Amino acid sequence: MSIESLDPDEVTAADILGSAIERREDPALITGDAEYTDDIQLADMAHMSVVRSRYGHARIEGVDTSEAEEMPGVIGVYTHDDLHREDTPGGGSFELPTGWLLPSLNNVSHPVLAKDHVRYQGDAIAVVVAEDRYQAADAAKAVDVDYDRLDAVTNPDEALGEEAPALHDDAEGNVAFDWKIGDEEKTAEAFESAAHTTSIDITNQLVIPNAMEPRAAVADYSPGTDELDVFMTTQNPHLHRLLMSGVIGHPEHKLSITAPEVGGGFGSKIHHYGDEALVSWCSKLLERPIKWTATRSETYLTDAPGRGHETEAEIAMNDDGDVIGLRVDTRANLGAYLSTFAPAVPTYLYGTLLSGQYDIPAIYGHVTGAFTNVPPVDAYRGAGRPEASFLVERLMNRAANEIGMDPVEFRKRNFVPDDAFPYETEVAVVYDSGEYEKPMNEALDLLDYENFRERQKQAREEGRYLGIGFSCYIEACGLAPSELAGQLGAQAGLWESSVVRFHPSGTVTAYCGTSGHGQGHSTTYAQIVANELGVDYDDVEIVEGDTDEIPHGMGTYGSRSAAVGGSSLVMSARKVVDKATEIAAHQLEADPEDIEFGDGEFTVAGAPDRGMAIQEVATQSYLAHDMPDDTEPGLEATSFYDPDNFVFPFGTHAAIVEVDPDTGEISFEKYVAVDDVGNQINPKIVEGQVHGGVAQGVGQALYEGAEYDDNGTLLTGSMQDYAVPKAEHIPEMTTESTVTPSPHNPLGVKGVGEAGTIAAPQAIVNAVTDALEPFGVESVEMPMTPERVWKAVNEGATADGGEPVDETDAADGGDR
Amino acid sequence: MTEHDITLTVNGTEHDLTVEARTLLAHALRDELGYTGTNIGCESSLCGACTVEMDGEAVKSCTALAVQADGTEITTVEGLAEGGEMHAIQRAFQEEHGLQCGYCTPGMMMTSVEILKENPNPTREEIREGLEGNLCRCTGYQNIVNAVQNAAESMGSGAVADGGTREEGNTAGDGPATDGGTVVDACDAPGGCGCFDGDAVDDVADDGGDSR
Repeated sequence: MSIESLDPDEVTAADILGSAIERREDPALITGDAEYTDDIQLADMAHMSVVRSRYGHARIEGVDTSEAEEMPGVIGVYTHDDLHREDTPGGGSFELPTGWLLPSLNNVSHPVLAKDHVRYQGDAIAVVVAEDRYQAADAAKAVDVDYDRLDAVTNPDEALGEEAPALHDDAEGNVAFDWKIGDEEKTAEAFESAAHTTSIDITNQLVIPNAMEPRAAVADYSPGTDELDVFMTTQNPHLHRLLMSGVIGHPEHKLSITAPEVGGGFGSKIHHYGDEALVSWCSKLLERPIKWTATRSETYLTDAPGRGHETEAEIAMNDDGDVIGLRVDTRANLGAYLSTFAPAVPTYLYGTLLSGQYDIPAIYGHVTGAFTNVPPVDAYRGAGRPEASFLVERLMNRAANEIGMDPVEFRKRNFVPDDAFPYETEVAVVYDSGEYEKPMNEALDLLDYENFRERQKQAREEGRYLGIGFSCYIEACGLAPSELAGQLGAQAGLWESSVVRFHPSGTVTAYCGTSGHGQGHSTTYAQIVANELGVDYDDVEIVEGDTDEIPHGMGTYGSRSAAVGGSSLVMSARKVVDKATEIAAHQLEADPEDIEFGDGEFTVAGAPDRGMAIQEVATQSYLAHDMPDDTEPGLEATSFYDPDNFVFPFGTHAAIVEVDPDTGEISFEKYVAVDDVGNQINPKIVEGQVHGGVAQGVGQALYEGAEYDDNGTLLTGSMQDYAVPKAEHIPEMTTESTVTPSPHNPLGVKGVGEAGTIAAPQAIVNAVTDALEPFGVESVEMPMTPERVWKAVNEGATADGGEPVDETDAADGGDR
Repeated sequence: MTEHDITLTVNGTEHDLTVEARTLLAHALRDELGYTGTNIGCESSLCGACTVEMDGEAVKSCTALAVQADGTEITTVEGLAEGGEMHAIQRAFQEEHGLQCGYCTPGMMMTSVEILKENPNPTREEIREGLEGNLCRCTGYQNIVNAVQNAAESMGSGAVADGGTREEGNTAGDGPATDGGTVVDACDAPGGCGCFDGDAVDDVADDGGDSR
């Protein structure tokens, strides 16, 4: 059921939390008023363009900038050597760091501008600064690079093989890391005693995030104050500030990063790329504002792709169909260098979710990270969790088929039971709360599953192939408990900060260190704060995305904003209420213990006519004429909320598809999503997040895939070749939710941003293999293009090389 | 590069400017004239974020040269609202949560206006097809389709050609509009009630032509 949105003016303060109000972000966005990074025009602004490697792997013999320097409007052309000159702004490493250190990590050098070795097609070699963007683009083409081409490798298994070209001196065999989780021996024993094992080979293909707004940055250096202001497409301004300050050598306290309106991120705007460092450096050098905006093709060459796993996995079962073991070997594509979050994505964000929604007594996972000649791979919506969920749900589906059990029954008998929470998995995490049958049963209702198998049988008799696929996903989000993160190698804490501040006139500004880019934080955070303080929603203003205004924060990704940012706001708001209670008590001449607070009013217990509105308390706090002893004037509070644990949203998605074996086309009959994301601050926004996430999952399942040739040349180099799904490609989605509040944060929220992307692909792949079961098809690789489907049907063999199906057995009487 | 003096009338205001022959209309609007509402999402005319209306037709301004637009009347997102009143399409996008990051939205709305001009009561499928030139990465399109249907209702007669429901399963208070246009009873027959296919729709629709 679609949720009806409400006009905020028609919702009372008491009801605001949990209400599907329209977003306050929208008026600026729908009128074109909102300012995105490329909209920014500063006086005397110049433009930067980047000269990038044409080849996937090469040595650089020389860079001739002389022709470019002479072109109209060109102010300067700068290479690696210019960054390190005595007379240019220095002090920085000019190397991009990675933010997550694993014990086995080969932490290779990642220069901002390549010196003599380029490792992906897109690796930056030089920058041009010119008066206008067209001139900058022209001059970039005139920079002459002398390449000595090297062999390239783009597949992680090939990269780890004997014959592969070496990308880094410090990474023997192109190994980035070697990582394990779980208990290898215990798992081996489980397999030895198994009644049945099922195995699967999976490629989880590289995808390109494609936020609609290309990356951009505007840097403005003031020589008089030594202040450097940078406006950029970021999901985490403070992280960018911290990292960039080290990269370019500008003191953190003199560097300010602001996220203007940001047009989507999906992970791709978390990472610190060389581009923003270079723009900032140029601004310091030239003492002028400088703008850089990527073209879409440039984003394809440089934005961190997601996924990129090659996996073999197997599952062991006993006689009754209980899963007793899971064993996984994955080789993860890291790309040419280590991007900011990269080492964590195929390890801690992946391996720890291998238990899925199931009670699996023995698990072992081994992941090898490989350097290849593709752009540095990093977090993309879901970041490790889609890969885990895809693997588990494809295996569960296949296992059920192999032992002849209904895929729903098989899953249900293996779910973690309701009374087992908190449930400690074999892969380090403890699931906080869950009721896995609830969304599954709701989904079965919506699908009319009871009648589906009969319909499917009838359809087959008519020569039509319907299939149903399930995806019972779980994810860990709300990154993250800092101590745990530190133990796992994170080079940062993953708490979140906020300030809640009353003004003397009784209105409120609340600040949070997260950084929304479409998620509606201005609306939902105001709902949270208004609810806590008992003030009108309209009287609360939210500020995010500006390092000058907000204490250090960790940004928005990993479905953390509500769980960690929202919780921090609750903490700060409650501190404010506590202080206000003291002041009210003093002014009402009562004991603070006797003060009650509700609907924004402080009253004396038993004397309800004696009270003070919180706004009055605020005014009084700034007048400070009559304050309790030991209480400072003012009414505001700062908090840093460090979560106790991850939060674990879960749910069941399912797809019913029809596959045409003659054309390979797949059409959706139904797509159902039942998600449990805990309490919902704004159900309309929650629903929108599920829609968007599912669409990206559909994209990976049916349309998307970054493809490189043997030379590391990107073949899907623009939107003409890389199929970002259109409106006609996405099915109508039926969305419902169940609510199991998280016990770990004051809001009881679990995070929803990534759920759809994590759940969808396997639901669709499972549905297609179910539809094509009469043809003996067990697997179709993503993206499941019509060609791939057709081949799977007509080649008749399974992905594992099983026996081709005898054509005369075809359900339609051999019409092919 | 040769330069040309051109005149663009944007949202009713005439502008004289000098551009290079190769200057894209999108850049002229954004960089020269400051109409930054129109966004650029690609350079291969796939994404549609740059869609504006030029002499009444939706055009991708990233693949139109400014010189081609000389002498034309252009409407950008900044010109949708009139006299302080939001256009029905803008109101609809807000009501239906048809945007998240907002980057595709100006172009999405301009194309939606054109869809409704040509087809005042589109089915959900027709809307999805009509939007094939506009990409969105945030919303999954469902609420965008809802928004276009919402705008169709408020701009037209209230008839919804695919059986009256705003979307599959939704019955939350979106019955036929009663704005003085012909009220149509929509039944719940699967696939739409079929009473309004083809000619019947034109008979029933209020006046089909206006986009405001």
